[in-house]
Amino acid sequence: MSKFGLITKGLLKENPTFVLVLGLCPTLATTTSAMNGLEMGLATMFVLILSNIVISLIAPVVPDKVHIPVYIVVIATFVTLLQLLMQAYVPDVYETLGLFIPLIVVNCIVLGRAEAFASKNSVGDSALDGIGIGIGFTLSLTVIGIVREILGSGSIFGWKFIAGDGVLAFVMAPGAFLVLGYLMVLFNKLAKR
Amino acid sequence: MEYLIIIISAIFVNNIVLAQFLGVCPFLGVSSKLTTATGMSGAVCFVITLATVVTYLINKFFLVPLGLTFLQTIAFILVIASLVQIVEIVLKKISPSLYQALGIFLPLITTNCAVLGVALNVVTKEFTFGDSAHMLNLGEATVYALATSLGYGLAMILFAGLREQLAMRDVPKSFKGLPIAFITVGIMAMAFLGFSGIV
Repeated sequence: MSKFGLITKGLLKENPTFVLVLGLCPTLATTTSAMNGLEMGLATMFVLILSNIVISLIAPVVPDKVHIPVYIVVIATFVTLLQLLMQAYVPDVYETLGLFIPLIVVNCIVLGRAEAFASKNSVGDSALDGIGIGIGFTLSLTVIGIVREILGSGSIFGWKFIAGDGVLAFVMAPGAFLVLGYLMVLFNKLAKR
Repeated sequence: MEYLIIIISAIFVNNIVLAQFLGVCPFLGVSSKLTTATGMSGAVCFVITLATVVTYLINKFFLVPLGLTFLQTIAFILVIASLVQIVEIVLKKISPSLYQALGIFLPLITTNCAVLGVALNVVTKEFTFGDSAHMLNLGEATVYALATSLGYGLAMILFAGLREQLAMRDVPKSFKGLPIAFITVGIMAMAFLGFSGIV
């Protein structure tokens, strides 16, 4: 696959949210607004790129039997790093995303890419794969966030275009499932034509 | 009284899947048949309760006194991974029939974010009881973990029942599979929203 292909495959062909359907918990929980979705996507991308790089470097020397625990420790290290950085520089973002920052450790996308791609490919390709899948994830979360914010609070990226509240259910739990369901239908309809 | 509030709030009001979005992947993955959903619920109940008690103790007697709370994420995920492994070995030895029933689900549980989520929630978040709020003690934490996992089981078994019916219906082509499942969960979540005034 070409270098360009590695970066763009996350958008459509291997979109983590709509095609692979991985990492659903943060996708549903943090997309209450476009900004929150974007921030969660970027946080995941940070861990994805760094863990992909390190895992592709150490994969040849890690014994096969313990490779999953080793990968999890690498991922958990970068997540802890991310937690400390976010607490120091963007504490209010850390506060909003809350539990879902430490939970990047168990996000199946990160471990999935480590296992399926980074452990078998070169450092450069693994970094590009991390960027590609990361962009796909960030974009999906932002789109879901935009739809929920428009319907739920009548604004886009915090810019309000109607007076009063929107349909509050879309900001709350049911809206997350409904919006993801209908967006998936739309994606199927457009992508499989 | 506090125990009752914890139980009702964890099962119905703040249902782990339908309100907190934890453990959604396995929720969708194993809920296509009622029998597998029941098996998975049992395994999750067992692991969440055990993992919460162990991580609570580790946090209280090891991480906090040594000032290492920033290592919570790494420590907890390692504890959970090894715990699942130990449970698997012990179960195989003591109760082969239970192992047969839960066996295939156990390895999957390590990556179920509900386990790590509940363990982290218990040690980092204050819980409100009416007007006052405080951190959970060990007894309350255990009850919270058990009730939360019962809520997980309840949601999963209800959803599996719905999904078995759904499989026989004529669904439009683009809605087939996961999209219609998400919309069904959305409607279920709306029903659970009705509990939100209780506590």
